[in-house]
Amino acid sequence: MFETQLKKRDFYAGGLMTLIGAAVTLDSTTYDVGTMTHMGPGMFPLILGIVLTFIGVLIFGAALATPLGSDERILPEKREWRGWFCILAGPTLFIIFGEFLGMAPATFVCVFVSALGDRTATLKGSAILAAAVTFFGVLLFSYVLQLPFPIFRWGN
Amino acid sequence: MVTTALTDLWYGFGVALEPHNIMWCFLGVLVGNMVGVLPGMGPLATISILLPLTFGIPPVGAILMLAGVFYGSQYGGAICSILLNLPCHPPHAVTCLDGFPLTQQGRGGAALGITVISSFIGASWGITEMIFLAPVLVSVALKFGPAEICSLMLLGLLAGSTLARGSPLKGVAMTVLGLLIGIVGSDIETGTPRFTFGIPNLFDGVEIVALALGLFGIAEFMKSVNQLSTVDTKYTNISFKDLRPTRDEMRRSWPAMFRGTLVGSLCSLIPGTGPTIASFIAYATEKKISKTPEKFGTGMVEGVAGPEASTHSSVQGDFIPTMSLGIPGDAVMALILGALMIQGIVPGPQLISEHPDIFWGLIASFWIGNIILVVLNVPMIGIWVKLLTIPYKYLYPSALFFVCIGVYSTNNDMFQVGETIIIGLAGYLLLLLDFHPAPILLGFVLGPRFEENFRRAMLISRGDIFVFVKPEHWISLIFIVLCCVLILAQLYVRLRKPKALAQELEMNAETNAIAQAEP
Repeated sequence: MFETQLKKRDFYAGGLMTLIGAAVTLDSTTYDVGTMTHMGPGMFPLILGIVLTFIGVLIFGAALATPLGSDERILPEKREWRGWFCILAGPTLFIIFGEFLGMAPATFVCVFVSALGDRTATLKGSAILAAAVTFFGVLLFSYVLQLPFPIFRWGN
Repeated sequence: MVTTALTDLWYGFGVALEPHNIMWCFLGVLVGNMVGVLPGMGPLATISILLPLTFGIPPVGAILMLAGVFYGSQYGGAICSILLNLPCHPPHAVTCLDGFPLTQQGRGGAALGITVISSFIGASWGITEMIFLAPVLVSVALKFGPAEICSLMLLGLLAGSTLARGSPLKGVAMTVLGLLIGIVGSDIETGTPRFTFGIPNLFDGVEIVALALGLFGIAEFMKSVNQLSTVDTKYTNISFKDLRPTRDEMRRSWPAMFRGTLVGSLCSLIPGTGPTIASFIAYATEKKISKTPEKFGTGMVEGVAGPEASTHSSVQGDFIPTMSLGIPGDAVMALILGALMIQGIVPGPQLISEHPDIFWGLIASFWIGNIILVVLNVPMIGIWVKLLTIPYKYLYPSALFFVCIGVYSTNNDMFQVGETIIIGLAGYLLLLLDFHPAPILLGFVLGPRFEENFRRAMLISRGDIFVFVKPEHWISLIFIVLCCVLILAQLYVRLRKPKALAQELEMNAETNAIAQAEP
């Protein structure tokens, strides 16, 4: 019985919203709530937190009351761990390389790594794509739009 | 009144026809159309990616360009649905139903030609509506006090979140989440930092570009990676002369276009019902009116002309509440409003009188932009068709670069790139839990003004929460009643009518399938 509930998507959706709502409600009381006439910074978040908790409970309750859908799953059928990882890793590396080595290396690494997220991607193909994007990116942002972001740099 | 409107419009054309403004408009339409054609790039992703590029442009140019990107990408989406049967974004989902069969019969060019004509007619009507309706709305809205503004915003938020795709309850949850994200940063009145977790970079609040690119960029890429199959380009061999519909096709399309336009403009008057709903209703209308309803789905030109006209007329109509009241109807409008605010322009009823160049210039540029679209698409159709064949595996890494550099360039701050990654990951989790993140943006953009007006209304009424329903605030009372009607209608549909619910679920399933195709 309880195990079927655990399979429902809205079980988690409602739960997550309730949790966020409760956390906001609790946290907003650490600010000055004030009175209805003179609202402090905590009043509006407090109201929103209570509303969100309420909606979360409603979603949660509706999930408990409705039967399990036939195609209900939380993770998609095909789990793209490689794709997900690469898409998140690309911009993360952009931050690190951009901070220490400059725009061109950051762009290359960002495009290269995220391109590898596709199942059919090859090292060579990704490198060519990354090189092309770097070339046009630097041209557009450094020369045309004059973005103050050095193309190459060493350290800070 | 007509004369003032026409004089103002004349002035608007003067603004829009300034060489640099024409250039921004042209650039916006071109880029929008180009990116809109690419499979997997909807208008939301396109506008979010291009938003940072407009920061260096003067406000008028920036708005003309972003609006151009918007309707350009709308048009690009139609090409995608007709030739590839891929609903690149939801409003064109119904266009697939009859557009693609036409393509299979070798009349895809004609279907595109009809799309060009119907979108122009639909858009023109929407613009005319805006010229005459917006000033009237403004003259009413200028009398609004904080209580009225508050109730109106509540109505806008509720309509935007419950009438959109998916479960209304989840939509409201997303709106509230958006309002909460809007709170992050220093409190306007006391300066107390709220929900900043002690990080100084968050004292100015969450950056709208980071939020939009996280939700509509990174999260969407995570959803679509390896999911989009390579497109079938069997039917994409279209050339310039194929665009001409036959006389019979035109004769059948004209009435459908006018009906579609009417449906679209009616839908745009109801807050929250965007182009998607308008196009569905227009298709249903055509099917009902037609003498041969059974032929729909096999390549009826009416099934292309009606929905396309209604989409474009409602798209233009959506600008009315956005520009005249400062209340966006959907996430795209919220982004455009956000762009205005970044340019230092306060949205609201005073916008038309304070910045007539923006308002009337925008209206005039709609026409110019739509003409550019027609002129552009006739000779360029071959190039657009080539663009359709670019595989997603080259698209998303390049788009990710634009996401990173775009977010970085808004404040030259790497912290915000990190912010985008985290928002993207959170957005993907929300997508997995079947939440649609678009209302977040709506709440985020309206949040600070909502809070400000709410506080002010409470201060004026000495803390009386019932001020919103007092007879002396009858306008506010009407808005609150409308809110209640909206909620009750949703409850009624869900609880009392299992049959209607089943139908709606079917439609939801359909739109969800589309949403899955739309990456």
